[in-house]
Amino acid sequence: MEKTVNQKAWFLVLPVLLLVAFSAVIPLMTVVNYSVQDTFGNNQFFWAGLEWFSEMLESERMWDALGRQLMFSGIILAIEVPLGIFVALNMPKSGFWSSFCLVMMSLPLLIPWNVVGTIWQIFGRVDIGLLGYTLDALGINYNYTQDTLAAWVTIVVMDVWHWTSLVALLAFAGLKSIPDAYYQAAKIDQASRWKVFRFIELPKMMGVLMIAILLRFMDSFMIYTEPFVVTGGGPGNATTLLSIDLVKMALGQFDLGPAAAFSLMYFLVILLISWVFYTVMTNLEKREG
Amino acid sequence: MADATTNTFPTTQRRARKRIKSSAVVMTLYLLFLLLPIYWLLNMSLKTNTEILNSFTLFPRDLTFANYATILTDPAWYMGYVNSLIYVTMNTVISLAVALPAAYAFSRYHFMGDKHLFFWLLTNRMAPPAVFALPFFQLYSSVGLFDTHIAVALAHCLFNVPLAVWILEGFMRGVPKEIDETAYLDGYGFGRFFVKIFMPLIASGIGVAAFFCFMFSWVELLLSRTLTTVDAKPIAAIMTRTQGASGIDWGVLAAAGILTIVPGALVIYFVRNYIAKGFALGRV
Repeated sequence: MEKTVNQKAWFLVLPVLLLVAFSAVIPLMTVVNYSVQDTFGNNQFFWAGLEWFSEMLESERMWDALGRQLMFSGIILAIEVPLGIFVALNMPKSGFWSSFCLVMMSLPLLIPWNVVGTIWQIFGRVDIGLLGYTLDALGINYNYTQDTLAAWVTIVVMDVWHWTSLVALLAFAGLKSIPDAYYQAAKIDQASRWKVFRFIELPKMMGVLMIAILLRFMDSFMIYTEPFVVTGGGPGNATTLLSIDLVKMALGQFDLGPAAAFSLMYFLVILLISWVFYTVMTNLEKREG
Repeated sequence: MADATTNTFPTTQRRARKRIKSSAVVMTLYLLFLLLPIYWLLNMSLKTNTEILNSFTLFPRDLTFANYATILTDPAWYMGYVNSLIYVTMNTVISLAVALPAAYAFSRYHFMGDKHLFFWLLTNRMAPPAVFALPFFQLYSSVGLFDTHIAVALAHCLFNVPLAVWILEGFMRGVPKEIDETAYLDGYGFGRFFVKIFMPLIASGIGVAAFFCFMFSWVELLLSRTLTTVDAKPIAAIMTRTQGASGIDWGVLAAAGILTIVPGALVIYFVRNYIAKGFALGRV
């Protein structure tokens, strides 16, 4: 649509600007403030320069958490994206069953995040959970509070359970927008199922898939509640992801300076990724016209 | 040639039928995977604690609603739901009220810095709540809003306002601009045009945006827990109360969990066709 230039449109945007400035800029300034100061208590602060930043950059704790975080995001993307596409391809295209699947698949997306954690915490328990009990009965030693591997498997499966439907829903929306004529043409050419997927469905899904991948990346990058409820970051620090570590530092130990420096670097990483997300998305939109 | 067509037709049909069957199997397995953990929670919420702990049963032998009764009769419990509903509703109203005019501006006009502003809004959707937990705590404490519903509602605006702007902008782009121009020619002012003509046209978009604001505010816990202690404590945070001296009250915990799923499950049917659009920030 042709847009006209109108500077008065700023007045329409002003409420959003003020509200978001209040709830984003002011808090962020507090963080910046703490990140360059040190305190001996009693609310007396003095200038510390970039001390906290260099301390955090050298601390193994942050790098370990970042490593675990990247591993977690990598694993869940590698599982959720192909699985989501696969599910979308198998969904009924229309009618009652299509609606039924849509509603059932959306259900995990609407559960409060700590309840998601609680569900899996219970489900995986050897004494009262279906999953834990079954695995135990099969003779598999499974204990997510003691064993690192079991803890990781639990939080990964939980995330797959929680968010695969999001990828599937977006992929399904992309699939539905493909006109029938494309499939008819493929049939005339006697294209195989794989070729139909590779040359018709996948390119047409690319736009929404990009959104799905990047949304899943960001949300998994700032995940906190679900793994915290299930494992509490343990055993040891095995599942302490970035957000869990940050909250431990800021609200648990009240190490304001390091926590603020940590926050800013964490946020910068996300900003960088957001920018890539935005650029890729707008370019795709432009190409589609 | 004629032979070829008559031959291939039945085989493709047969193949199609086989594919439908295999896809039904895939969908059944996937839905089973999704619903099994939820079923297990439901199952536990209908059992007594003795049954949960002492015998492993796939369905409640000794069906009881006592766990639900505990929650629905104790104000310390059910006020959690009321608190959650209050701040979620406040947040939805605030988010939509400010997002509607802004989304209109973004969908209709070019203005100085519009692209940067739009991107900046998006970055707030991507801001990790963990980064904001401590500063929010201090900000709202210093202005005396700590432990109030409005504090949580405003805090959730951080990610819900950008979301609402994006979703609404997506829907508004679909409305032809001629409608605006005709209305202005007919002598409508901006306010009257917006409320009387434009809003009914994007009613479904408003519904979807409201649903998503409601949902993201409802599922968030980190900020709402940090900003409240007693008076505005959300249900999700109250659930930790089940950890008593005599161990965890599993039945009540499960019942509380099931009750938090209900609001989402009730409205999801109405937005099922738009849910992908909402998650894609209005970009599908």
